[in-house]
Amino acid sequence: MTALEKITPPHGRLGGTALYDWDYLVQEDRAHRLIYTDPAIFEAEMTRIFGGTWTYLAHESEIPNDNDFITRRLGLRPLIIVRDGGGKIRALYNRCTHRGTTLCRWDKGNAKSFQCPYHGWNFLNTGKLRGVPWPDGYADDMRDPKYNLAQVPRVESYRGFIFGTLSLDALPLAEHLGPIAKIIDEWLDRNPGGKVVVCEANRFLFKGNWKLAYDNSCDGYHVAYSHRSLLETENRFAGENAKGMAYYRNSPDTQPMYMRYTGHGNHFKDKRPNLEKRPGGLWALEGAHPGMEHYEAEFLRRYGERALLLLDLAGSEPVNINVFPNFSLLGNHIQVFEPISVGETNAIWYGTMIVADDSVPSDAATDINALRMRTQEGFPNFGEVDDIANFEQIQRGLMAVEDEWVYMHRGLGIPDRVKQNVDGTITAPATDEAFMREHFKEWKRLMKSPQNLAITREP
Amino acid sequence: MNAPLKGDDPSRSSYYVNDAFYRELIANFSNWQDDARAVTDVAMRDEFRRLLEREARLLDQLLYDEWLKMYAAECVYWVPSTPKAGDPRREISVMFDDRRRLEDRIYRLRTGFAWSQAPASRTVRLITNVEVFAAARDDSRMLRSNFLISEFWGNETRVLTGWAGHRILRDGAEWKIQAKQVNLIDCDQCIRNPSIIL
Ligand code: FES
Ligand SMILES: [Fe+2]
Repeated sequence: MTALEKITPPHGRLGGTALYDWDYLVQEDRAHRLIYTDPAIFEAEMTRIFGGTWTYLAHESEIPNDNDFITRRLGLRPLIIVRDGGGKIRALYNRCTHRGTTLCRWDKGNAKSFQCPYHGWNFLNTGKLRGVPWPDGYADDMRDPKYNLAQVPRVESYRGFIFGTLSLDALPLAEHLGPIAKIIDEWLDRNPGGKVVVCEANRFLFKGNWKLAYDNSCDGYHVAYSHRSLLETENRFAGENAKGMAYYRNSPDTQPMYMRYTGHGNHFKDKRPNLEKRPGGLWALEGAHPGMEHYEAEFLRRYGERALLLLDLAGSEPVNINVFPNFSLLGNHIQVFEPISVGETNAIWYGTMIVADDSVPSDAATDINALRMRTQEGFPNFGEVDDIANFEQIQRGLMAVEDEWVYMHRGLGIPDRVKQNVDGTITAPATDEAFMREHFKEWKRLMKSPQNLAITREP
Repeated sequence: MNAPLKGDDPSRSSYYVNDAFYRELIANFSNWQDDARAVTDVAMRDEFRRLLEREARLLDQLLYDEWLKMYAAECVYWVPSTPKAGDPRREISVMFDDRRRLEDRIYRLRTGFAWSQAPASRTVRLITNVEVFAAARDDSRMLRSNFLISEFWGNETRVLTGWAGHRILRDGAEWKIQAKQVNLIDCDQCIRNPSIIL
């Protein structure tokens, strides 16, 4: 059994939970600008949110073999995510226990141990200190567990998605995900073998607070405006509004799509009901992508009726599945938000490819993936860039000190618009801001609550 | 499905981006900077240097129609997301545009609603270290150049830098760009507002 080291609230100016009156800063219909702009709030979030709840770390396909590693962060903590020699996935602090140097400066690799570049302390990829140069210079026993690397005490995967938390009170991951786990299942199970493999990414940095990205993750209100250039481009040959997210253009709230809040800050935008339910229904919505006519003709020739089902695998699944605070499945992407500072965030769109199995032979999988890479590059290039420009401009707008509030009350107070379901989830029309009101309740709960956090080390 | 016939206008349909195309692209952009294949003829090197300088100027001046005319009808503009540029069939690229997507890119910038380019960036490109290499085909050459783009956008000036590989093809009296691979030195890192054409 590994030892847990309880984390007491950071000493110094923050202390406890009394930083601000959280109920004042986040109200039912509005949020105060300070939550996006105040460095002290950001600092508190880096413990209470990024640490205090389950945070997405990586995908198992990024470390497929024993001793594979990648470097990531949990909030601002540098981590090495490893699959150790026994196949166990760990999130080691990338921080030498001697004087704090990061041990590993590579993005990824395969290593059984990590040697500190500063004085040469050497750590196994289980986190255990293997040895130090000239140990006779130490009076104490260097096998004391306090010299082993710190680790995230709770690392769990849900069907390949690796999450970590420092919270001893958080529910087990599957329970924490709750109703959204089933939606994740559906996203995975449309692919052969219920699997995807991560294959590089479109990577963005924006000068804005990380929450601007999460606030956008389920937002159906912005699409027709923020993405107007994309909608016009996708439909430049389509005659009427037919391609991509064109269904947002005309009264989106009357469309069958909807948003659902599933608890713990997680939410889901389901645009699938807008599609025709038939093989090829998803593919039919795709705008223009490199190679699409060739592969379509080739698939019809080779696979006959099955071709449309295969082409759907290259189509962009019309969902946004958002797990607070930093994870979003949308289209075929795994999107991850990484806070850097109060006004700077990475938004990384990891691409995914499919893996051949009995139902999809490998030559078909190769061709689907060739197409699926190109469909996935479309939105980041022609859509995300404009959202991110708007996030940056929000951050700039919020520098106006006296104009204090941002509003998130769309749909609030309209009878029968927001529905409480028997399973505890909440459903609302696609442009409703109910998702944001709800995830801010979770944010506030985490910011307020006395937290039971810990790290662990090998014994 | 009213798919246009093969051979149709590549501005409207994309038949040429197929498996053979990918395989040729990967082969062309592997191990091509070989001293034994370097073209030393001064006049020829100067001709290609002028071609690259003209491309840079047209992009700086946002003269996209003129710029597009420098490209073969069936072309590719490829910005890999890894420093060694893996197989684009199994690796997401920063950008991977065929002829039609390049035209989409320009169309989008011209809608007036591309917020990432409203107002548009101002750029100045320096193109240096131009080297010319013989290619597999006699009517084709490979060009290597280094670039440094100063981009003013959002109240600040930043630098985008790296090297580019151009595969060019003889077309009558002209040379046309068939493939351009842009290798940003930070291609695998998070990039702020990657919305200009490199
Ligand atoms: S800081 Fe790592 S060995 Fe000294
Ligand atoms: Fe968006």
